[in-house]
Amino acid sequence: MSSTARRGAVWSLVAWIAGVLFVLPVLWMVLTSLHSEQDAATNPPSPGAALTLQGYREFFGAGTGVSPWPPLLNSLTASVMSTLLVLVLAVPAAYALSIKPVRKWSDVLFFFLSTKMLPVVAGLLPVYLIAEHLAMLDNIWLLVILYTSMNLPIAVWMMRSFLAEVPVEILEAAAIDGARLPTTLVRIVAPVAMPGIAATALISFIFSWNELLFARVLTGVVAGTAPVFLTSFVTSQGLFLAKVCAAATCISLPVLIAGFAAQDKLVQGLSLGAVK
Amino acid sequence: MSTNATYPLTPTAPLGRAGAARQAGSRAKAWARRAPLLPALVFMVIVTQLPFVATLVISFMQWNALAPQNRRFTGLTNYQTVISDPMLRSSVLTTIALTATVVVVSLVLGLGLALLLDRRFRGRGIVRTLLITPFLIVPVASALLWKHALYNASYGVINGVLSWLWSLFGSHHAPQPDWISHTPLMAVEISLVWQWTPFMMLILLAGLQSRQLDAVEAATVDGAGSWQIFRYLTLPHLRRYLELAALLGSVYVVQNFDAVFTITSGGLGTANLPYSIYQTFYQAHDYGQASAEGVVVVIGSIIVATFALRTVSSLLSQEASR
Repeated sequence: MSSTARRGAVWSLVAWIAGVLFVLPVLWMVLTSLHSEQDAATNPPSPGAALTLQGYREFFGAGTGVSPWPPLLNSLTASVMSTLLVLVLAVPAAYALSIKPVRKWSDVLFFFLSTKMLPVVAGLLPVYLIAEHLAMLDNIWLLVILYTSMNLPIAVWMMRSFLAEVPVEILEAAAIDGARLPTTLVRIVAPVAMPGIAATALISFIFSWNELLFARVLTGVVAGTAPVFLTSFVTSQGLFLAKVCAAATCISLPVLIAGFAAQDKLVQGLSLGAVK
Repeated sequence: MSTNATYPLTPTAPLGRAGAARQAGSRAKAWARRAPLLPALVFMVIVTQLPFVATLVISFMQWNALAPQNRRFTGLTNYQTVISDPMLRSSVLTTIALTATVVVVSLVLGLGLALLLDRRFRGRGIVRTLLITPFLIVPVASALLWKHALYNASYGVINGVLSWLWSLFGSHHAPQPDWISHTPLMAVEISLVWQWTPFMMLILLAGLQSRQLDAVEAATVDGAGSWQIFRYLTLPHLRRYLELAALLGSVYVVQNFDAVFTITSGGLGTANLPYSIYQTFYQAHDYGQASAEGVVVVIGSIIVATFALRTVSSLLSQEASR
C-alpha cells in the first residue's frame, strides 16, 4: 500500500469515528428507551440489559392514561397548516422579488430577513396580551399564525433564490409568442420552482415542529404541542429515563424521517437557497 | 376634503389627459407587480412589527399582572431598573459568550468534518447521514437527552462510562462530577455544539463541492502541498460559505431558549436574554419591565443586525455578479 493510500485510509477511518461519535448520543437514547426504568438508571450502564417496550407503552399512556395523540395532532396541525400558509404567501412574494421584480426589491428582501433577527421573545408579551384579549390563548390557530411569521422570511429568501434561476429570455420569448401568464407559470416557472418549494416546505415543517417557546407560553391543555408534552415526562419522583427517551425518540421521528428522506433539500433550505 | 379639490395638486395634472392615462396605466402596472408581494408583506408587518409597537408602549408603564389595579404610565422607570439590573447585564454577557462559543466551535468542527467528507471513501453517504442526525433531533428532546441520560451525576452515561473504565482497573472510586452544576454553561454549550455542527458541516460541504477542481489540480502539478492548497485555494473560496454559516448560526443560537430552559432552567449563570425576558414576563408577571427589557434587546439586535445584514448584502452582490 502506498503512503498516500494509507493516509487516505486513515482519514476515512477518522471520518467514520467522527460519524459514530456524533450519532452515539442518539443511539444511547434509542437503546435507553428500550430498557426498563431500573436497567436504564444503573451506574455503570448496562447496555446489554433485556429489551422491553415498556417505555413506549408509558409514552402512549399505559401508566397514566394520558394519550400523546392530542399534542402530536396539535403539532401536526400547526406544522402542516403553517407550512401551507408559508408557501401560499412566499411563492407569489418571491415571484415579485425575482421574476418581475418590484422597485427596491432588495430592500424588501432585507426587511424580511431583519424580522428574523429581532428576538422573538421581545414580541412574546404583546402577542400574549392580544391573544388573551381575542380569546385566542390555547388555540392551535394562534400557533399556525405565529409559525407562519417565523418561517415566512426564510421561505421568501429561499424561493427568491430558486426563482432567480428562471431564465428571463425564455419568459420574454414566451410573452412575445403570446403565451398567457398561467401557461408561462405552469410550463416555465413551475419546473424550476418545484424543488425550491419542496426544500422550503421541509425547513418550514421542521422549524414549526421543533418550536417550544411560543407553544409553552401561549398554549395549555387543549392546544399544547408535542415539545411541550415532552417536558411533562420529567417527574421529580421515581425513575423516568426510559420513558423520556421513548418520548423523545417518538417525537423526533417525523423530523428524522423528513430530514433523512430529503438530505439535499436540507442544505438548500438551511442556507436560505444560497447553496444548491 | 373631496378628491376633486386635490386633483390639481397631483403631479399628473400638467401632463394632460393622455399623459395622465399613461401614468395611470404605468401605476396600475406597478401595482400589478407589487400585488403578489403585498399579502406576505402585510402579514409580516401585522404579526411581527405591530407587537413591537405594543412592547414600546407597555415599556413605559408600570404594569404587573399580579397587581393590575396599579397600571399607569411611569416614564423611564422601567428602563432605569433594566439598565441598573446586574442580572440583565450578566445575561447579556451570557448570551454573547454562549453564542460566540457555540458558533465558533461548531464552525471549526463543521469545517473539519466537511473536509473529511469531501473525499471519496467507502460509506461516505452513511457517515454523512450519521453526522446530520443530531440536527434532526427535536431541540427539547436533545436537551432532555443531554440533561438526564448523559450529564446526570448518578445515572448519566458519562459518569457511568467513567465508573466502568475505573472498574476495569479494579477501582471503585471513579470521579463522578455533577457536570451541570460544576460547568453549567459548558454543559449547555456542548449540547448546542452537538446540534449545530451538522448545520455548519452541511453548508461548508456544499461550499467545498462547488469548488473548481482544475485550480487544485494545477496547484498539485506545480508541487503545492495540501496545507498550501487549503490555505490559498480552499479557504478563500470557502469564505463566503463560512460567513453565511456563521451568520445563520448566530441568528438561531442567540435566540436559544430550549436548551437553557431545559438543562439549567436559567440557573447557575446560564440565563441568556431570551430566558431572562421569559422569566420576567412569565414568572414575575412584570409586564412593564419585561417590555423594557424587550426594547433594549431589540435595540441591541438592530445594531448587530445592521452589521450582519451588510455581510449578507455583500454575499448577495457577489451572487449577482457571478
